[in-house]
Amino acid sequence: MAEESQNKLVYAGKLGYSFRRHLHERFIETFLFLSAILSVAIMLAIIAMLLKESIVFFRQVSIWDFLTDTQWTPLFDDAHYGILPLISGTLVSSLIALLVALPMGTIIAIYLSEFAPFTVREIAKPFLELLGGVPTVVYGYFALLFVTPLLQIIFPELPGFNLLSAGLVMGIMIIPYVSSMTEDAMRAVPMNLREGSYAMGATRFQTAIRVVMPAAFSGIAAAYILGISRAVGETMVVAIAAGMQPNLTWNPMEPAATITAYIVQVSLGDLPHGSIGYQTIFAAGLTLLLITLVFNIIGHLLRKRYREIY
Amino acid sequence: MRSVKSLKEIRRIIILHKRWDLIFMITGIVALMIAIMTFMALFAHMLIDGLPRLSWAFFTSFPSRHPESAGILSAWVGTTLVMLVTAVAAVPLGIGSGIYLEEYAPRNFLTEIIEINVTNLAGVPSIIYGLLALGLFVYQLGFGQSVLAAGLALALLILPVVIVATREAIRSIPVTIREAAYALGATKWQTVSDHLLPYSSAGILTGIIIGLARAIGETAPIITIGALTFIAFLPPSPVKDEFPFMSFEWLTAPFTVMPIQMFNWVSRPEEAFQLNAAAAGLVLVVMTLAMNGLAIYLRYRMRKNIKW
Repeated sequence: MAEESQNKLVYAGKLGYSFRRHLHERFIETFLFLSAILSVAIMLAIIAMLLKESIVFFRQVSIWDFLTDTQWTPLFDDAHYGILPLISGTLVSSLIALLVALPMGTIIAIYLSEFAPFTVREIAKPFLELLGGVPTVVYGYFALLFVTPLLQIIFPELPGFNLLSAGLVMGIMIIPYVSSMTEDAMRAVPMNLREGSYAMGATRFQTAIRVVMPAAFSGIAAAYILGISRAVGETMVVAIAAGMQPNLTWNPMEPAATITAYIVQVSLGDLPHGSIGYQTIFAAGLTLLLITLVFNIIGHLLRKRYREIY
Repeated sequence: MRSVKSLKEIRRIIILHKRWDLIFMITGIVALMIAIMTFMALFAHMLIDGLPRLSWAFFTSFPSRHPESAGILSAWVGTTLVMLVTAVAAVPLGIGSGIYLEEYAPRNFLTEIIEINVTNLAGVPSIIYGLLALGLFVYQLGFGQSVLAAGLALALLILPVVIVATREAIRSIPVTIREAAYALGATKWQTVSDHLLPYSSAGILTGIIIGLARAIGETAPIITIGALTFIAFLPPSPVKDEFPFMSFEWLTAPFTVMPIQMFNWVSRPEEAFQLNAAAAGLVLVVMTLAMNGLAIYLRYRMRKNIKW
């Protein structure tokens, strides 16, 4: 009897509140919380760092000049700080890329999700994933040394560096991102919607376009926004294949620098810390971040507006 | 409303719609083929140009002014060291953050902010991370243009990938596993470390491999922090002859990495250097493809084996 109650006491001691165990748990929870909050800290650090150097930059260059001057020559004696040429290069190359990536990505996604037999999907999906894993510098090499010579056969006057070939290759590069996210969104649409549509006598194409795509709209919008962010922020393809000369043009057959290519060009040289050239890359980076932010906010609003819940 | 008059007309409409179905299916196959053929063309072009340059000497020589004797020794050593730093920094933080968001986080405003923020970080262009690393690591913290600064920059870049993979892997474990552990008196951390982590390890590993494969090919952030493009020496060895047999001098050494070496060769006008670029690109692509292929295989096996 006495022994049994003794045992009970021992177990009670082991199972009851233990200060050491409590401390251990709290310690781990704190570490996990800190690593989670780190992502917020990174975002804040990015914004703070870009703002800090940009503010110094905008003390010397007025924002009006920055937004309206049509020349970008910060490293020349006759320095002009107009971001427009870089923005035009960025927009033209992104537009070409998106004209390739969004339609093709969507078509591939619809095909894989609604039409393709099981085996084709099982082979094509990993293949597309591998395509998305190829380093961007390799795509740059491909654009400069394979696609540009190919295009020069069709357009003999095309210069060696041009936005067209960079944009086309960038588009091919972005297809896997768009297609895999779009396909995931379409596959998440419940089967009974499709069955309802088929029961009404619709073909697969009609079902895909009029039932599945509207139902998956929020996911497709997310895929498009990611594609746009990729295109605007893509660096190496344009730095290698589009040349690094700032050029205010809307003609894809000309060479031009994008915001990202300018940052690369400055970083390759050895600019002293704290010089105006050093600050320009942060001002350019801030512009780039704002552009991607605008697209992300639009995407967020679209998703909220059209979210379908089953 | 269009009214359909006769059986004949109905048949005509059905044939028309089926024709559209077929046309779209062919379009889909063509689009898929274009994507795949482009990849084939890229690989074939690089193989034709690069394969003759690939030899043992290519891996064991430093870059040089003479294209025939140039190699990628400093580049692949640099890549290995940078990836080491990236993995050591990104893996514990990414997994920790994923566990917190999935298992510990209360449903409140702060959690929502963190979640939105992880999504947003994944959409930030990689060159912006380079600018952050340039300002913060290189100058503010004084790491210089070193392996450490580059490794940390890439770690920040792949953090969202690891977080998302961890969360997805943990989420797929049924809640009954947790309830069983709690019922036996396990604490929260015991449940996580003895059950959830081991069961989700394959999924997390897949995410880590995909993240590192992306980091290996990243060029822009590393150029931004000012990695040198011509390095004809190796960082100090991490292993020493005398006590304590280890050294961390390599963390602060200047370096170059594979994609930068390739970029350097691509941007030269001489054709001989572009052949070197093709060879370096081939090595790079084979490396990333092997890592991605491993990840895809792991995921495939996981899907086959685990049935809760």
